[in-house]
Amino acid sequence: MSRALWILAVLMSHWRRHPMQFATLVTGLIAATALWSGVQALNQQARASYDRAAAIFGGTRTATLIDPAHAVFPQQLFVDLRRAGWPVSPVLEDRVQIGGRSFRLLGIDPVTLPPEAAAISTVGPRQLAAFIAPPGRTLVAPETLQDLGLRDGATPQLNDTVTLPPLQLEPRLAPGVLVMDIGMAQRALNKPNEISRLLVGQQTQGMRPPLESITGSTLQLVQPDAESDLARLTDSFHLNLTAFGLLSFLVGLFIVNSAVGLAFEQRLPTIRTLRACGASLRMLTAVLIAELVAISLAAGLLGLIGGYLIAAALLPDVAASLRGLYGARIPGQLALDPQWWLSGLAMSTLGALAAAASSFVKMARLPVLAAAMPAAWHETQQRWLRLQGGLAMSMIFTAAGMAWFGDSLMSGFALLATLLLGAALALPVVLDATLDMGARWSRGPLINWSWADSRQQLPGLSLALMALLLALAVNVGVGTMVSSFSTTFLRWLDGRLAADVYISATTDAQASAIKAWLAQRHDIDAVLPSGRAEVQIDGAPVEILGLADHATYRDRWPLLQATANVWDKLRDGDAALVSEQLARRLKLDVGGRLPILTPAGPWSLGIVGVYADYGNPKGQFAVNVDAMFEHFPEALRTRFGLRVAPAHIDTVVNALRRQFDLDSRQLADQATVKTESKRIFNRTFAVTTALNAFTLGVAGIALLTSLLTLGNARLPQLAPLWAIGLTRRRLAAIELAKTMAVALVTALLALPLGLVVAWCLIAVVNVKAFGWRLPFQMFPLQMLTLLGVAMVAALCATLLPVLKLARMQPAKLIRIFADER
Amino acid sequence: MSADRRLTRRAFTSGLTSFGLGASSAFAQGFAGLGGEATGFAPVVPGRQLVFPADFGAHPAFRIEWWYVTANLRDANGTDYGAQWTLFRQATAPPPQQEGWANQQIWMGHAAVTSAATHRFAETFARGGIGQAGVHIQPFHAWIDSWDMAAIAPMNDATLAPLQLSARGTDFSYALRLDATQPLVLQGDGGYSKKSERGQASYYFSQPYFSASGTLALDGKPIAVTGHAWMDREWSSQPLASDQTGWDWFSLHLASGDKVMLFRLRHADGQHYFAGNWIGRDGKSVQLAPSAIVMTPTASTTIGNRKLPTQWRIAMAERGLTIDCTPLNAQSWMGTSFPYWEGPITFHGSHSGVGYLEMTGY
Amino acid sequence: MLNVVNLSKTYRSAQDEVSVLRGVDLRIAAGESVALTGESGSGKSTLLHLIAGLDDADGGEVWIATTQVLGLSDAARATLRRQQLGLIFQQFNLVPSLSVADNLALQARLADRHDPAWQAELVERLGLGEMMKRYPEQLSGGQQQRVAIGRALAVKPALLLADEPTGNLDEATADDVLHLTRDLVARSGCAFLMVTHSARLAAMLDRQVHLHAGRIA
Repeated sequence: MSRALWILAVLMSHWRRHPMQFATLVTGLIAATALWSGVQALNQQARASYDRAAAIFGGTRTATLIDPAHAVFPQQLFVDLRRAGWPVSPVLEDRVQIGGRSFRLLGIDPVTLPPEAAAISTVGPRQLAAFIAPPGRTLVAPETLQDLGLRDGATPQLNDTVTLPPLQLEPRLAPGVLVMDIGMAQRALNKPNEISRLLVGQQTQGMRPPLESITGSTLQLVQPDAESDLARLTDSFHLNLTAFGLLSFLVGLFIVNSAVGLAFEQRLPTIRTLRACGASLRMLTAVLIAELVAISLAAGLLGLIGGYLIAAALLPDVAASLRGLYGARIPGQLALDPQWWLSGLAMSTLGALAAAASSFVKMARLPVLAAAMPAAWHETQQRWLRLQGGLAMSMIFTAAGMAWFGDSLMSGFALLATLLLGAALALPVVLDATLDMGARWSRGPLINWSWADSRQQLPGLSLALMALLLALAVNVGVGTMVSSFSTTFLRWLDGRLAADVYISATTDAQASAIKAWLAQRHDIDAVLPSGRAEVQIDGAPVEILGLADHATYRDRWPLLQATANVWDKLRDGDAALVSEQLARRLKLDVGGRLPILTPAGPWSLGIVGVYADYGNPKGQFAVNVDAMFEHFPEALRTRFGLRVAPAHIDTVVNALRRQFDLDSRQLADQATVKTESKRIFNRTFAVTTALNAFTLGVAGIALLTSLLTLGNARLPQLAPLWAIGLTRRRLAAIELAKTMAVALVTALLALPLGLVVAWCLIAVVNVKAFGWRLPFQMFPLQMLTLLGVAMVAALCATLLPVLKLARMQPAKLIRIFADER
Repeated sequence: MSADRRLTRRAFTSGLTSFGLGASSAFAQGFAGLGGEATGFAPVVPGRQLVFPADFGAHPAFRIEWWYVTANLRDANGTDYGAQWTLFRQATAPPPQQEGWANQQIWMGHAAVTSAATHRFAETFARGGIGQAGVHIQPFHAWIDSWDMAAIAPMNDATLAPLQLSARGTDFSYALRLDATQPLVLQGDGGYSKKSERGQASYYFSQPYFSASGTLALDGKPIAVTGHAWMDREWSSQPLASDQTGWDWFSLHLASGDKVMLFRLRHADGQHYFAGNWIGRDGKSVQLAPSAIVMTPTASTTIGNRKLPTQWRIAMAERGLTIDCTPLNAQSWMGTSFPYWEGPITFHGSHSGVGYLEMTGY
Repeated sequence: MLNVVNLSKTYRSAQDEVSVLRGVDLRIAAGESVALTGESGSGKSTLLHLIAGLDDADGGEVWIATTQVLGLSDAARATLRRQQLGLIFQQFNLVPSLSVADNLALQARLADRHDPAWQAELVERLGLGEMMKRYPEQLSGGQQQRVAIGRALAVKPALLLADEPTGNLDEATADDVLHLTRDLVARSGCAFLMVTHSARLAAMLDRQVHLHAGRIA
């Protein structure tokens, strides 16, 4: 043991003499772990809250029985099914208003609730009697309690008439949901003996008789894999985050790899000496691994703290975009479980070991007494380049295959991964060819030397340059996508927000009063009635929008595809415009038909157009507002828009607010809505942009550390030049020029690669993840800026070692000749 | 883990039939908490005359109650089987009875089919007041989900026969017809069954003379069977004392036509409480003196991390009875929310025959 | 102390085979110092490496005291090296990140044989007293080789092997270093085998053997 410790001390003494290398290694590990674990923390937080939601949703993870034609059906069907051996459990659900806020009220039967329907047992053992026996309990999340402004045990009233069972805090519950016994729910909602759906458990009592033989055609079985599952819906978003996390982790590992490799290279003489002095190979290997594990654990811990800070900083944005995009609610406080810490440390350690693997292999094969010289890179370089080139080609071919044949989000990401990896592997080959070409065309010994020297320098720099290439390409790609999105989105908003003022009255009566009042005013150009309803298509909720027949829509509505005279056909009634998401999901086309079930009976709609509906998690289609009220007589008529001349908007809004006591949720002008929408969508991509910046930063660090560690190794190559009469200053300038040239070539290569990445994101990933496709646009100015940023980063990274060189004591250069290595 | 089991055991033995809910045994423990006091429920007192058919139905004023049928069956090849059908009721609150979902009764069904090689069982739960489970007096019908015990008209109130009995689980089902010519038998002292020296007791009557015939289906394969069956009806508000840890209960069909019911309520201090009735082939039920019953475990079986005495020697010197009981399947473990052992046995010695053994609290 | 019996070694590559050693026999007693001479490529270093267990032979035996080196596992050879052998190279092979003091103690610590009195005597005789806290790069070549000699002898080896130990030193320094080594070898009583191409240096040792055509002439 003491021998092992002594060997460790000897090996570690290297770091004391080379603190910069040590800093590089630790920085790489910290950066890799921090970015990866930060992203993981965000994912974990979000998933935990979906579990909370799913814990009571039930319906999304469990097969359910619903009445496709009605919101509720008689409870007797539940008893009939149980008596026939179906393991069903009843749920009654409706939206309720308490103090002007809307909540989901959920009634459940804890006695028959299938265990797999609830991720948590919502009703703890001791509360069961209290839960089902009067007065019962209303389980609520802490956030809901806060929204209500009430305390545990309070008994809020519904519509000032029905008193709910006493509130009870249930931290594992999703926010915005009130859970109570089904009996209490029936009373609160005034739906005696009625239920909304049945959860179908997995435990069966032998063979189930067919559904039709028990309930006729009343009920329909909805399989649990319907598209409505929140977790599945948001999977794409998290995959996005994870991909970014992984990319950062890999870039971090590049740093670790070069630091570990260099440390090995420099410690080879020491390792040989130790072996000559009688340290066995096995013990040396064990000690080296122990050293690396110890360093990576310490760095990993620091990285985890960094990851926590990153996650805490990004969480509000992630929460906002998940809410904006999918309606998923995430609490704003980070809560991490021990698994996160453990997996972060494991990633850091395994990553470091992976990064060091090649060095370990090299050491195991090392003859004890070979001349203690650094490995002769240049001899093996050509062979490596050929191998790497071949690998790069096969990666790029795979990517092409994915682009051609792939049809899923996963294949979209695989396409991106293989493309980026292939490009990264191809980089040294391309750079080598470029430098070779330069050397052939150049005149003068100094220039010629500098081309050749750059080529020799390439292997040491190539990992850092690959990191730079990846970071830049992803930056260009994501930047292009985000900018395409925001341009398209702004244009689209102008079309979608056709009216100048939006009103949502609280009741039909108030709506009529407002309309009557508006009719007497002269500053209103038009009142555009609209309606909203919801139907189930293939088990997922789909929104219906009722549009008035008005020039406003004809002029502005953002149609992607349409038949001739589309608006006339819509006015005729049995026609619909479908959103791009819905069209893609149901594979609908203009000219096709969309049959739906309405309270007034089946309704078959002809599809006359497809419109963009960016950012809406639900499918949507638009019909004529009058036709809609015919088929949905119960639909609320409380929403409408106004056309008002710009000069009169403020006057009208203020008058409305005064007259009808409307708040900001009930009354908004177009500008406000637009600002709010833009805010939500900017936040959606804030996370992406932030991670992007982090990745670029890490790539900068990689470049800096590679150059710093190369600095010392390059002295022997520079010393002869100094000896034949080049000043240190001149040498430094040449060094700077060379590195900047290589970085520039890399950055220039990153631009087209970035555009390909952007195309993949827009045409493949987005379509699968969100259901809509953006028009592809280029933003040259943005690309130039990024190019500038990259060059500045490279300059910063190059400057430090170059300044060191310029100020180097001549004695140190002389030593090169005197010293044996 | 062991704390869990202790709680469960306490729940079972401190006067509660086993009500667990779903797959959550934590739920079961929740009900255990209810068991402490019987305040508000009707007490079990000596001297109450049992009335039929009224006492076939539920007694919601009492906290717990069960309808319990066990059958020793045999197919045409001589292969032995056992079947169990149980409906438990528990009240979460004393009377008055509430309507609809507010009803405070919770029902639990257990069903099992045992062969020498397999023991299959199922469990289900229901709330009272909505029709998912319950008991009708006339015509007699006890049910939970798709499991039924129903009168075949015309039913004789004195014999509680003929009955149709059916239940199904994932891998088994059965449908049996139960016939009887002899009247119901009152257990204990005229239907008052003492469970301890401190006054814990239940109302208890049986129909031990059922002959059974029908079909079992194991993994969908039908098997025609005939045999003996035994029904127990028992209700109480707190049948066990707090220091009683479980019971070992026997129902025996002697080849002579006589029937024997006996049980041992185990006390933590080893001073077990013995009781039983000797039911002649003439229908006469005589209470056995506790001192006259000797029950000795002779071999045990380990199931999971529990050790259960699955073979017994039973001796009643006064009756000239010394028998050795062996289980058809020593692994007749009911792994339900409240787990226990319940399975068919055969016995030999001074007398021979078949019966059922139930062991709780292990 | 050292007994080499019929040792042979052939280097094989895809193109051809070179038999470097063809049955070498060599015996050195405790306290004896022997110079091994021969032309470049005659196999001097190969013989040294085989004796130190740093390479595998094709046939023959190498005995150090009562241990046959060939056939031992890597771990056993490592143990033998740190306890029984001292190695000195032309390139000094010091650990650049360790001070002179730590370099001196390196092998003794590995072998768990740190003897402060002996170490102090070595420092004294090698004249390293002033530079214990310096690092190798701050020393001259002769000073570095003194540190390497001290490191090899600190463990009181049974056999000291040196491969052109003065090859990087000027003549005066070389003589100086070799005198010191010879004295210290005599003082510690170990066997000493030195590979050199210099007849002048070879003459300073007890005995000279010449390696020619794969055999000791």
